Amino acid sequence: MEATAMGHADSHGHGHQPTGLMRWMTTTNHKDIGTMYLWFSFAMFIVGGCMAMTIRAELFQPGLQLLEPERFNQMTTLHGLIMVFGAIMPAFVGFANWMIPMQIGAADMAFGRLNNWSFWLLIPASILLVTSLFVPGGAPAAGWTLYPPLSVQLGMGMDLAIFAVHILGISSILGSINIITTILNLRAPGMTMMKLPMFAWTWLITAFLIIAVMPVFAGAVTMLLTDRHFGTTFFSASGGGDPVLFQHVFWFFGHPEVYIVILPGFGVVSQVISAFSRKPLFGYASMVYATASIAILSFFVWGHHMYTVGMPVTGQLYFMYATMLIAIPTGVKVFNWISTMWRGALTFETPMLFSLGFIFLFTMGGFSGLVLAMTPVDVQMQDTYYVVAHFHYTMVAGALFSAFAGAYYWLPKWTGHMYDETLGKIHFWLTMIFFNMTFFVQHFLGLAGMPRRIPDYALQFAEFNKISSIGAFGLGLSQLLFLYVVIKCIKGGPKAEAKSWDGATGLEWDLPSPAPYHTWETQPLVK
Amino acid sequence: MSAAIAPSNRKLIIRLALFSALMFPVGYALVPLYTVFCNFSGLNQVNLTGVPANSQVDMAREVNIEFDSNVHDMPWKFRPIQSHVSVHPGEVIQVEFEVVNTRNEAVTGQAIPSYGPREAGEFFKKLSCFCFEKQTLAAGESRRMPVVFVVERNLPKEIGTITLSYTFFEVEGNKRAEAKAVQAGS
Repeated sequence: MEATAMGHADSHGHGHQPTGLMRWMTTTNHKDIGTMYLWFSFAMFIVGGCMAMTIRAELFQPGLQLLEPERFNQMTTLHGLIMVFGAIMPAFVGFANWMIPMQIGAADMAFGRLNNWSFWLLIPASILLVTSLFVPGGAPAAGWTLYPPLSVQLGMGMDLAIFAVHILGISSILGSINIITTILNLRAPGMTMMKLPMFAWTWLITAFLIIAVMPVFAGAVTMLLTDRHFGTTFFSASGGGDPVLFQHVFWFFGHPEVYIVILPGFGVVSQVISAFSRKPLFGYASMVYATASIAILSFFVWGHHMYTVGMPVTGQLYFMYATMLIAIPTGVKVFNWISTMWRGALTFETPMLFSLGFIFLFTMGGFSGLVLAMTPVDVQMQDTYYVVAHFHYTMVAGALFSAFAGAYYWLPKWTGHMYDETLGKIHFWLTMIFFNMTFFVQHFLGLAGMPRRIPDYALQFAEFNKISSIGAFGLGLSQLLFLYVVIKCIKGGPKAEAKSWDGATGLEWDLPSPAPYHTWETQPLVK
Repeated sequence: MSAAIAPSNRKLIIRLALFSALMFPVGYALVPLYTVFCNFSGLNQVNLTGVPANSQVDMAREVNIEFDSNVHDMPWKFRPIQSHVSVHPGEVIQVEFEVVNTRNEAVTGQAIPSYGPREAGEFFKKLSCFCFEKQTLAAGESRRMPVVFVVERNLPKEIGTITLSYTFFEVEGNKRAEAKAVQAGS
């Protein structure tokens, strides 16, 4: 199989292709597009990270130092939008592009041109989002949730954000259609659905979530747009509308969205844990069913984001129990990961460290989620830093840690070189320590009643905020080390073998490292 | 990839694209669904369910409210739409007045209320009134203006009729001194 793949790489060299920028503009190769997605998401990660640094710098001490309150609100809003839609989602689409065809034995994604288009749509969308900072009235400042009436009243920055969301939505819908078609139609002979690697499975389910809810979100922001400019009153009480309606429509999209962000990470971690435990994944079928259950349940729990906006007790109880129900499939996953490690021959390379950090911290985020699911508790905690701590434990320690795990795990396959293991481990420990320094103390701030999205705070919160800000600066700077490790790995390093990790399983490790430009032109036969 | 798309892929992409295209109107369908569901279940009436009807209305008693309207040296026609209403103390009532500017230019006026008998004034609570702010009417404009009020339950028993009288004074410009002078004149 290796010989076949190599042979194709030689005969389809880069000779008859456009070079330079045009190569990247016109490429339909899944590896090129995956690489662009990954670099794009890292760039957005830095942009969104700079906004987070700005927020933490303002919160370093009480009082207003750096930012006007309006700017502060713009920073929190754009930080959220950019990290969710610009950094995390494209990062996992990048992983999907690179890995899914190689994992299922396909030559490429099903629709090459569509794939190219879904990447290049991201560029105008991100430009729109970032330039909204410089228009009169500034960037949107209603929070990433874009709640009316504020989002109806804001300046033209809001319109730019709405168009950006439209374009990002189209991009991710096209990407998802491509991924679903690839997984369903292009699997190698013998690769049955229940033999799919977990990463492909979680992405298949994620892609279905995306095509189901991104159009709803596009509809919600379109309603905002027509409320703003074309005289409709979907969300304005003066015309018979209801601002609470937006929250229902938004969270009907928003709750599945948080699983869109985390499910591919579950897939990565499942594969990494299995590889470094040198054991097959424990409870593969239950993992698949648990992922599907999480995805289905995600459509029925949106109200837990809205306990305090006015809801009868019956509704609150329903959403409370339905939300707690999600802990069951999530618990199945966590116990399966732990059981996979049980009596395994464990080694602790960087991908494994990030996966273990993921399990530990994501479980903590899950528990604070259960706390928030309880209506009477949530009424106290709504919009406090406890919520901020909770979702950063799931988004950063969940999605970002699993993305790092995946990046370190597959870097040898992408570059043909082993990365610097020592630096990788340093990157992990710095990230782990500074992450907890940043966000763990925010639980205490929230319990003590510090509200989120406010640029100033009462004096008694000063100590914890100082700790949190120092942690955030450390966390931000540590990510430059990751950039250095990746560049160093691209430039050189010990030669990576085809099977870079001795416990790794899957078709991608049958291919040489670095993976040739064209792979699996002749599909492998899976036993 | 070759330019030709495999039929099975074509079939799937059409279905998936149709599905996501259908989900866009589903977002819009949530709007009427929300209204229907809220009306059907009463879920949106969070502050009303289980709350007894306004118990502050004294149904045993009726008070007659008469309306009177005057203009003081102004080119406006000013009249109440209804000459009188009968109210229960504690009830929230809305009435309307109509004003017409007969001059060929914009005129600003300020209405000053007065009550008869005088002691009824402190039991007569206006929640919303055109007299709360100056009214500017363009040349020839006519306008209907609401007054929302409650007569308090502790209105002395001997008062059975209250007359609410408004007088419009012209406000020349927005100069404070002049506005004061107008008010002093009343």
